[in-house]
Amino acid sequence: MASAQINVPPKAQRGDVIEIKTLMSHIMETGYRHTASGEVVPRDIITSFICRFNGAEIFRADLFPAVAANPFITFFATATESGKFEFEWIGDQGFSETASASITVE
Amino acid sequence: MRFASAIAVTLLIAGAAFAAEIPQADRRSGYDFMKPETKAMQDEDTANPGMLWVLDGEAFWKRKANAAGKSCADCHGDARASMKGVAARYPAFDKATGRPINLEQRINSCRSNHQQATPLPFESRELLALTAFVARQSQGAKIEAGADPQLAPFVEKGRELYLRRQGQLNLGCTNCHDDNWDKRLAGSAITQGHPTGYPLYRLEWQSLGSLQRRLRACITGVRAQAYDYGAPELVELELYLMSRARGMKMEAPAVRP
Repeated sequence: MASAQINVPPKAQRGDVIEIKTLMSHIMETGYRHTASGEVVPRDIITSFICRFNGAEIFRADLFPAVAANPFITFFATATESGKFEFEWIGDQGFSETASASITVE
Repeated sequence: MRFASAIAVTLLIAGAAFAAEIPQADRRSGYDFMKPETKAMQDEDTANPGMLWVLDGEAFWKRKANAAGKSCADCHGDARASMKGVAARYPAFDKATGRPINLEQRINSCRSNHQQATPLPFESRELLALTAFVARQSQGAKIEAGADPQLAPFVEKGRELYLRRQGQLNLGCTNCHDDNWDKRLAGSAITQGHPTGYPLYRLEWQSLGSLQRRLRACITGVRAQAYDYGAPELVELELYLMSRARGMKMEAPAVRP
């Protein structure tokens, strides 16, 4: 049950600095914990987050153990043209999720 | 002179007895005790991790509970209309059992009686998500729980538990949440204990959790044996806390540190 929350302003003036906020549902198991019987709980984290705008990569983050569950990643971008932001989260155990948001630049 | 000091002593005793109750005008939600950053996280839906459960809950609401069964939406329709203000009235009196039941128990009773499905375990992702989705529809509504006269004896039982000292530390809820709510405990704010935002996302838990999870953590904190999830005592305590917060605004899904 992975789901994402994306906050991108629907409209912006050309040259505006806009804030992009993303929230992804994920347990983020560090891989350092043990069960009561001593077995290691396998690591299950998101390893990278990528944002593309109209196909071109504009932001990337590599994630490591100790990042909170349900990671909230925000960053800034300059609005240059109308288009579509595509977000991708890739992680352990085949985790892969995408989301997108559009912006109109005037 | 002696008479005057006797009055003063009586007043002091009376004052001490009444110190337990927080005046209506001084009641504050746990939200008020938070840092601006945590408040901002709760205020904005796209930053509030509790909304991830609300989104899941919306999906569960529409999904059939099993192959033969119905979905919540088949009977209740659009939750935005049908569930508006409902969570603000829970725990509510349940005619079948003659006792108060909380929102989680109501969802589970609906599952067994109307959906021919097995009850969901307490604190499971699905039960929390459904509860969060239903509670979300009451955001901004005023808490009305405990108004039903049939609930009066259970509110009183909850109040007794709230006031009773227990555990190795020999503390009652009231000793912190009525008497010391303007102070801090190991750097954390002691709040007034108004359950305005449950189920809520605690940063400490890295997850959504129910009011009963919070109550059990507090009971363990005073080194007493916590009641099981769904225990009548916890529901009564929940009911008392909600009736104590009557008139305050619902915030679910809230964020707390």
